[in-house]
Amino acid sequence: MHFRSHSVLPGFGPTLGITVLYLSLIVLIPLGALVLKTSELTWTVFWSTVTDPRVLASYRLSFGAAAIAALINAVFGVIVAWVLVRYRFPGKALIDALVDLPFALPTAVAGIALTALYAPNGWLGQLLTPLGIKVAYDWKGVVVALTFIGLPFVVRTVQPILEELGKDVEEAAVSLGANRWQTITRVILPELWPAILTGFALAFARAVGEYGSVVFISGNLPMKTEITPLLIITKLEQYEYAQATAIAVVMLVVSFILLLLINLLQHWISRRRA
Amino acid sequence: MKHLLIATALLAFGITLKAEDPINLLNVSYDPTRELYAEFNAAFAADYLKKTGKTVKIDQSHGGSGKQARAVIDGLKADVVTLALAGDIDSIADKGRQLPKDWQSRLPLNSTPYSSTIVFLVRKGNPKGLKDWGDLVKPGIEVITPNPKTSGGARWNYLAAWGWAKKANGGSDEKAQAFVKDLFAHVPVLDTGARGAGTTFVQRGIGDVLLAWENEAYLAVKETPDAVEFVTPSLSILAEPPVALVDKVVDRKGTREVAEAYLKFLYTPEAQDLIGKHFYRPTDPSAVAKYGDRFKKLDLVTIADFGGWAQVQKLHFADGGIFDKITIK
Repeated sequence: MHFRSHSVLPGFGPTLGITVLYLSLIVLIPLGALVLKTSELTWTVFWSTVTDPRVLASYRLSFGAAAIAALINAVFGVIVAWVLVRYRFPGKALIDALVDLPFALPTAVAGIALTALYAPNGWLGQLLTPLGIKVAYDWKGVVVALTFIGLPFVVRTVQPILEELGKDVEEAAVSLGANRWQTITRVILPELWPAILTGFALAFARAVGEYGSVVFISGNLPMKTEITPLLIITKLEQYEYAQATAIAVVMLVVSFILLLLINLLQHWISRRRA
Repeated sequence: MKHLLIATALLAFGITLKAEDPINLLNVSYDPTRELYAEFNAAFAADYLKKTGKTVKIDQSHGGSGKQARAVIDGLKADVVTLALAGDIDSIADKGRQLPKDWQSRLPLNSTPYSSTIVFLVRKGNPKGLKDWGDLVKPGIEVITPNPKTSGGARWNYLAAWGWAKKANGGSDEKAQAFVKDLFAHVPVLDTGARGAGTTFVQRGIGDVLLAWENEAYLAVKETPDAVEFVTPSLSILAEPPVALVDKVVDRKGTREVAEAYLKFLYTPEAQDLIGKHFYRPTDPSAVAKYGDRFKKLDLVTIADFGGWAQVQKLHFADGGIFDKITIK
């Protein structure tokens, strides 16, 4: 560890050791096993498995719906965080606690509850169906479920940054002649971007792998509303373990690349501001 | 990973119980048998206690038939399996090597103490006038069935539809395939199991007709008589959900004798009466006589007409098989 030996803080060696061990046990070894299982397939079988039209359609739905859900959460998450940090109102503690609830609820319960709400005979479905809007058993239902489970991420990443930002910065901006729009876009948002991106990335990653809540609301029609994790389960059910892991590996690689890009973007934004 | 955890938990559970007095059996079954086995297990335990003086406690596990088979292959310690179709027990024999391949010849009637069939469940009053398979592909009709890839019941649904269309079209498999393709184009939701499909139809109000196990359809009518009713098509399939003991497990646990007694008890008049009571088709003559008028006479094709499960699995439901082809445009 020569390249860090000049650090004034002791303990780098042991903590890095623990980090590597921990990550290996929890993340790398299971992922390694996944890749190993996939390597049972020949290259042709691997390729035809992961580029099957039905699998391709499921990537589009899984990644597309996850991106839309993460975007929705990015927008509304900032607003929720803003309200929770900037204002005092009765029931604030309650709303603050409510934000984390999607984490605590078993996702299957969330899926069944959302389906009951949005099905054509459900409370919300009854109102939407006459307007020709179909949510449950449609890709929109997938987005709804993924938005639900990803809600806490952006709120919780943006909240501490907003708290630190302090009202004085805004007051300074206003006293220097900025109007409200300028205060938001030129002063506040630039500080928040890295946190928003982190929250977006977390919400996105969580949504891509989500299974429990989605299978209830999506309708699971091949080529239309079938998410990738369901296809993986279907493969497992047919004892095609290697093919199931092949699809999982593709999902992982794509997710990893997307998360890496988001991190790079975040890095670039912070650098540009510095 | 999850089933591995469950298997480990059950194994630990099994070990702790082994030290205690009552004999423990685990029956791994498919979705709609919950009510039947709840009652059957109590009857068997009472009978076994009377005959041998030994107490036996039976644990039940229910789920989609294919999923249950996979759990057993992956290590769930099932003493007996009572699944939706022979193909799933074949998989346990082939892939898990936990019982011999000729398991089906070890018990009477191809190891099938009860049978069932596939019928239609429609909205009360049958507003769309659905009488037979041909009506299901009329414009605007929505059909609910689970996914044949994950559900045993759905495979029977698929084959029943195929059997009807083949007969209606003078034995043409091509026309039968076209019909089944058309039928699945009318499916708005594909659940993974029979119970899920039932919920979609009855509770969520989706679809005009549910393709269901006869016993599930009876249960639904019994529970919500004002919402749904029963339609028996002109032709369906003889669905045979077989039973088997899992040799590897019973030999390790030393439960072979009680597991055998358990399965044989299914064929006794007492059990056959329970079977009829829970809307499965019994095989024992006295139970048939008692519940006979409950089960409408209809033409039944059998799995043998399709060349057996191995053939059906390969041709229809394997990856790239006919089901994949007809569901991808």
